[in-house]
Amino acid sequence: MPTMRDRFVTLTHAALDRDPKVALVLADISVSAFETARSRHPDRVINVGIREQLMLGVAGGLAIEGMRPIAHSYAPFLVERAYEQLKVALGHQGVGAILASVGASYDWAAGGRTHHAPADVVLLDALPGWHVQVPGHPDEVAPLFSDALVRDESVYLRLSTRQNEAPRQIVAGRSSVVRRGRRGTVIAVGPMLDPTLAAIQGLDLTVLYATTVRPFDAATLRDTMPSATHGSHDIALVEPTVEGTSSHVVSAALVDRPHRLLAIGVPRVELRRYGTPEDHDRAYGLDARGLAERLTPFFR
Amino acid sequence: MRRRIEYHDLLQALTRMTGAEKHAPSATSTLDTLHVLYDRVLDVAPARCDDPGRDRFVLSKGHGPMAYYAVLAARGFFPPGVLDGFGGFDSPLGHHPDRSRVPGVEVSSGSLGHGLPIAVGIALALRAQRRERPDVAPGNSSPGDTTLERRSPRVVVMLGDAELEEGSNHEAIAFAARTRLDTLTAIVIDNDSASLGWPGGIARRFEGEGWLARTVDGRDHDALERALIAPSEGPLAVVAKVEPKHG
Repeated sequence: MPTMRDRFVTLTHAALDRDPKVALVLADISVSAFETARSRHPDRVINVGIREQLMLGVAGGLAIEGMRPIAHSYAPFLVERAYEQLKVALGHQGVGAILASVGASYDWAAGGRTHHAPADVVLLDALPGWHVQVPGHPDEVAPLFSDALVRDESVYLRLSTRQNEAPRQIVAGRSSVVRRGRRGTVIAVGPMLDPTLAAIQGLDLTVLYATTVRPFDAATLRDTMPSATHGSHDIALVEPTVEGTSSHVVSAALVDRPHRLLAIGVPRVELRRYGTPEDHDRAYGLDARGLAERLTPFFR
Repeated sequence: MRRRIEYHDLLQALTRMTGAEKHAPSATSTLDTLHVLYDRVLDVAPARCDDPGRDRFVLSKGHGPMAYYAVLAARGFFPPGVLDGFGGFDSPLGHHPDRSRVPGVEVSSGSLGHGLPIAVGIALALRAQRRERPDVAPGNSSPGDTTLERRSPRVVVMLGDAELEEGSNHEAIAFAARTRLDTLTAIVIDNDSASLGWPGGIARRFEGEGWLARTVDGRDHDALERALIAPSEGPLAVVAKVEPKHG
């Protein structure tokens, strides 16, 4: 079964072959996966070595000249290490790039804190204009990647080794309605859909599946909300990123409706433990059982 | 043939922004080099801001951009009257330049250490897209002449010796030579303002990575011109020495 990263590699190869405006900028991560592309397009597959500031500066320069750069690295090094470059070399120049990360949140749990980046989306969210795509299955990478290629804006494609059992029919920019219920709404982001569905068995909820988290699809949330219960619309947000990543966009979407919001995500802690992603799910209460313990009383 | 820029006009333009009749050397540390670049070296013109074959100039040290604005106004990128509003809410001319507001500004800058990495990206894009420009004698641009050999446009970045302390520059310096970016030129205005100094000089930081480096008097226009236009293999660094900031 190909991973999200495998799909990204295949799609990027095809994009480089098809469109002379597309360029790939690497900082040593995934270089071997792009050897064929590099031999075919030596001027557009650029490995700058372990130099993340330069990787993003180069992406900015390519975009200024009208190209569509794709910068790719491990999430903490792509988003956190050279954060000012995202602001200055892209945003302030008035240009955009595609940033495709691997190593989402604690994909490599045993790698420890240095290799975890659950705050990536929060950081990008502090900058204007970013599109943020969080696929939950390898088959969902293609439509999100295609959408990113045709845009001028900056797009973050957050690739993970965590995934749902089955892909969903998704459209970039829209949340999918997984099912309709009467008691409230739960929004599951990317790979959090399966554990969320397992956690809410027996609850009569509308379930939205969000792969595009920025810009947030407020319309689908509003259009599919069941009637208020006890005068309030009850919304739960389950994200694979820092707790509350999308709270403010949900609140803004419902500013004219009385509502309660439960935001579940990765807590802001230094866990200092290794093991597997599943171990970390349990420690953070992000496995089905931990989710049920918070969702069930909220919707009681 | 374009109108020559008079140095005296540039000083007058500075006065429009600063209100001062006399300018400390530190306020004009870049003025001579900018003058030479826009008068004798760069193939740019207000009518060709979107020409893919134009040269690109990047003011990486976005600080003290008055000299830059003065030169752009003198070359006709915007009317000199715009200089009067310098730094005002309604002025396009900020204390750091913004490419989306100022005609002729290729890269928005301000915080140190961004210009050279971005310029590397621009040079890579020009190489990938095979952008070309007429190979004309500097200062005698005549775009109608079709007999000219075509060359890749130059990408010229101006930094300060203190700015060079930012590590991002060293990522770009190492990479640019390894990838043989022949069209890239880095000018370092050296007014000895780096807190920890550069023992042995700045040129060797570039030479050690495979650049050709030339150190010249940053007030000598002919020397600057020679250093900037003499052919080089690989990227070129020109260290323009001016009076020490705290001398």
